[in-house]
Amino acid sequence: MPDLLIELFSEEIPARMQTRAAEDLRARMTDGLVEAGLTYAGAAAFSTPRRLALTVQGLLADSPTTREERKGPRVDAPDKAIEGFLRGAGLTRDDLEVRDEKKGQVYYASITKPGRPAAAIVAEVLEQVIRNFPWPKSMRWGAGSLRWVRPLHSIICILTDDAGEVSVVDLDIDGIRAGNTTEGHRFMAPGTIKVSSFDQYQSALKKHHVILDAKERADAIWQEATNQAFAAGLEVAEDAGLLAEVAGLVEWPVVLMGQIDETFLDLPPEVLQTSMKEHQKFFSVRNAKTGRIERFITVANRETVDQGATILAGNQKVLFARLSDAKFFWENDLRVAATGGHAWLDALDNVTFHNKLGSQAERINRIAALAREVAPAVGADPDLAEQAARWAKADLSSEMVYEFPELQGLMGRRYAEKADMPTEVAAAAQQHYSPLGPSDDVPTAPVSVAVALADKLDLLTGFWVIDEKPTGSKDPFALRRAALGVIRLVVENGVTLPLRPQLGSGTAFNRFQLMINDAVASGDVQAVDDLKKQGAEGVFVKGKFDEVDENLLSFFHDRLKVYLKDQGIRHDVIDACIAMDGNDDLALLVKRATALSDFLKTDDGENLLQGFKRANNILSQAEAADGVEYSYGANVKFAETDEECALFGALDTGVPAITEALKAEDFAAAMGAMAALRAPIDAFFEAVQVNSDNQVLRRNRLNLLSRIRSICLDAADLTRVEG
Amino acid sequence: MQGTSDKPRSFQQIILRLQTYWASHGCAMMQPYDMEVGAGTFHPATTLRSLGTRPWAAAYVQPSRRPTDGRYGENPNRLQHYYQYQVLIKPSPPNLQALYLGSLEAIGIDMALHDIRFVEDDWESPTLGAWGLGWEVWCDGMEVSQFTYFQQVGGHDCTPVSGELTYGLERLAMYVLGVDHVMDMPYNDPDAPIPLSYGDVFRQTEAEYSRWNFDQADTEVLLRHFEEAEAECRATLDAPFDDPKTGKRIVMAHPAYDQCIKASHIFNLLDARGVISVTERQAYIGRVRALAKACADAFVQTEAGGWAAA
Repeated sequence: MPDLLIELFSEEIPARMQTRAAEDLRARMTDGLVEAGLTYAGAAAFSTPRRLALTVQGLLADSPTTREERKGPRVDAPDKAIEGFLRGAGLTRDDLEVRDEKKGQVYYASITKPGRPAAAIVAEVLEQVIRNFPWPKSMRWGAGSLRWVRPLHSIICILTDDAGEVSVVDLDIDGIRAGNTTEGHRFMAPGTIKVSSFDQYQSALKKHHVILDAKERADAIWQEATNQAFAAGLEVAEDAGLLAEVAGLVEWPVVLMGQIDETFLDLPPEVLQTSMKEHQKFFSVRNAKTGRIERFITVANRETVDQGATILAGNQKVLFARLSDAKFFWENDLRVAATGGHAWLDALDNVTFHNKLGSQAERINRIAALAREVAPAVGADPDLAEQAARWAKADLSSEMVYEFPELQGLMGRRYAEKADMPTEVAAAAQQHYSPLGPSDDVPTAPVSVAVALADKLDLLTGFWVIDEKPTGSKDPFALRRAALGVIRLVVENGVTLPLRPQLGSGTAFNRFQLMINDAVASGDVQAVDDLKKQGAEGVFVKGKFDEVDENLLSFFHDRLKVYLKDQGIRHDVIDACIAMDGNDDLALLVKRATALSDFLKTDDGENLLQGFKRANNILSQAEAADGVEYSYGANVKFAETDEECALFGALDTGVPAITEALKAEDFAAAMGAMAALRAPIDAFFEAVQVNSDNQVLRRNRLNLLSRIRSICLDAADLTRVEG
Repeated sequence: MQGTSDKPRSFQQIILRLQTYWASHGCAMMQPYDMEVGAGTFHPATTLRSLGTRPWAAAYVQPSRRPTDGRYGENPNRLQHYYQYQVLIKPSPPNLQALYLGSLEAIGIDMALHDIRFVEDDWESPTLGAWGLGWEVWCDGMEVSQFTYFQQVGGHDCTPVSGELTYGLERLAMYVLGVDHVMDMPYNDPDAPIPLSYGDVFRQTEAEYSRWNFDQADTEVLLRHFEEAEAECRATLDAPFDDPKTGKRIVMAHPAYDQCIKASHIFNLLDARGVISVTERQAYIGRVRALAKACADAFVQTEAGGWAAA
């Protein structure tokens, strides 16, 4: 059973692509081999900046011989048909077997496909894999037409048999001939290495200063980094993404810890960390007690006789220049913030948010007005919510955020703190962007919640007004994420906030923007000025909830289904609750759906649902036949059987309890009370024939069933529940 | 080469060593293009010569202008006028990385002491309709060069592919010479009878051009020049290939491309003057790109662009 070793040696592969590429190489190679009949015992793939490698152990030496039997035409069929069959099977007439069948004598062909040696199959599969490799971006080089992520220089493709005998697979791709040699570290160990097996390959590489396994490099970096930090009484800020990236930039990691100049230590830690990470790919090393970042860790790709002193000095110098820029931005920004940030807000007047939805400043006016509206519902002070909304986007004009967009919000917070603004305002600047996804934390501070809701509601109503809704996989403005954000803010904070009025306001505000656009388009300067003045004062034309909002509300409901599905609540159960009044109060909707879902998972719940469906079916048929609606007048005095009487009794006790619980929005209690109906309903159907010949009895029983239907439908529209 | 691993002592010595190095590796030593450009890539020796099938190897210094980067000569590393060193080889040779590393050694960077890295950085020039894949090259964490395999220029696929190297000369020299402020960098030999610093040569011009770029340049004139350059470029390309006077086939790709370069630089000046809004910006870039594409279309109709009479 031979082992296969492949190495694809190229110029530097982007770090972000390496892990995926190694996995693609493994999956595509092994799939291709198996498809051609070559099974194997195990396989593993590796990557460094300059190579992808794959080892496949215990490969079959040959693919197995296969036999296939094929039924042909009848013996008396025209010659043409028989010849066609022979061509397809690659046989002559003498090779065929004649068998007697019901309809006469029929030719049969037995086709044997001999197995092929592994080397031939490997060569074919590898060529296909290389030519069709799924790089996110690939390129040509020189005068060739082959595509790879960067120029491909050499290929190792060898089979090593049990005796250790090595054979190079015969393969030539656009002039690159597969061989059994590679190179070690570019600088520390130039020259070629001869390779005979995977183990020897991996250890030879290590001797030549290349650690093949990215995880081994990452582990080594992390261990050495934490050791050095620990020795200095400090700790390394964890960053798994950065660690993976850095491990993809080196073949021989050498960890070096450097100093950050005193003058930069007062910068906010996030600024230091972002600047060092984004520009230099440095880890931050902080003082655990103070949280201050005091040093950095860089990972070089080589050892030097001066123990990295030159490299570290160079890196420190580059960092000094970078941090000088950051400090310059910070200090300039602080001056603006100290005066209330008016210059930033003015500047946002000239920043287009969207060509139909106006400038950032105009959007801020809308968010501020919405934040005021939602404030009472979330327990926030309206004035504070408005102030926070007006500040929330100010940092978009700051120099720091221009340089590092990922610091938006956080800088707003820091600048607000430095300018002694209320803590709620500072917190909202950072938190109002949240939640950014299904796993991001949801803000809980009332002012932050108000601004976060207002921000997202404006975004959604705006794009609905201009009819740029998400379609299929296209959602360039992340509107689905915004809707999920609203859902999580409301539901997870247990906020009672019917959305219809808010959507109505948001829609009206955004339509106001379209009025401004129209005024601009018509060149009516006075009208534009007046409208803008109104907008800046938060005066918007109030509108009514209409079909645009209704469409948006159902978008919320769709997102809610996805959200609740993740929590194990079926879509039909949600539909049953959406059909009820108050479906724009998402927290209420979720409470109802959760209780119903839990109830339906119980034996009582499932059977009650069946009972309801049976009652509803009988009623619907009877109502259709009779042309009347059975609703009132069931009277216990017409009850004939004990089971009928018992059901009357159960409903007399149960209905008021259920109604009261529903009124109190205590759905769990309502469902609990409904559970008590299950046994009497089951017993009723067991014993009683509803469609009695006696019309009085029949009508009474139908009216009784309608009491079941009516109380069930008060809880949720159970007709929508499947099962 | 004897003595090349010595540390150079001046800005000009670094340039001279790059010239010597690339000349010894077979590049034609071109001179700077005699027009204002934003980067060495705009030189026709790169933009146009990267098109078509004919082999090419050239290296040159290109003075480059970025009006928005002007800081009146006060910033330690920002300049509105600076120098790029540019190498273009078509087809890209298999040992281009090794050749490049050799050039760093030639200017005194000791590979045994420094950490050189090729970090992903894909290059795109929206104004030239060009893109390529490659890296920024880091030396001890500092970007010292841009290394690109051209895939498309002026909307044309590059076949064969050119390898392009671009060195930011001031930054690289400051690093090699250990200077913190560009204006303090020795321009010629510090022991020369008349030693000159970079500041002696350029501090005043940086201030003059910063003022002119930001506040003085007449935007109406510039806007008119932009339109004129665009029109002239179009008109030149619209002329028939056959010259009625000589009776010869003369496609005027280069004169047309000059007008494209001119339009591009005027756009940069307008941008520095702050008279171009965000939305207009895209429109202007699109207009320059359309000219660059038209020039590329014309160039491949010339002999240097691989055209041959049937």
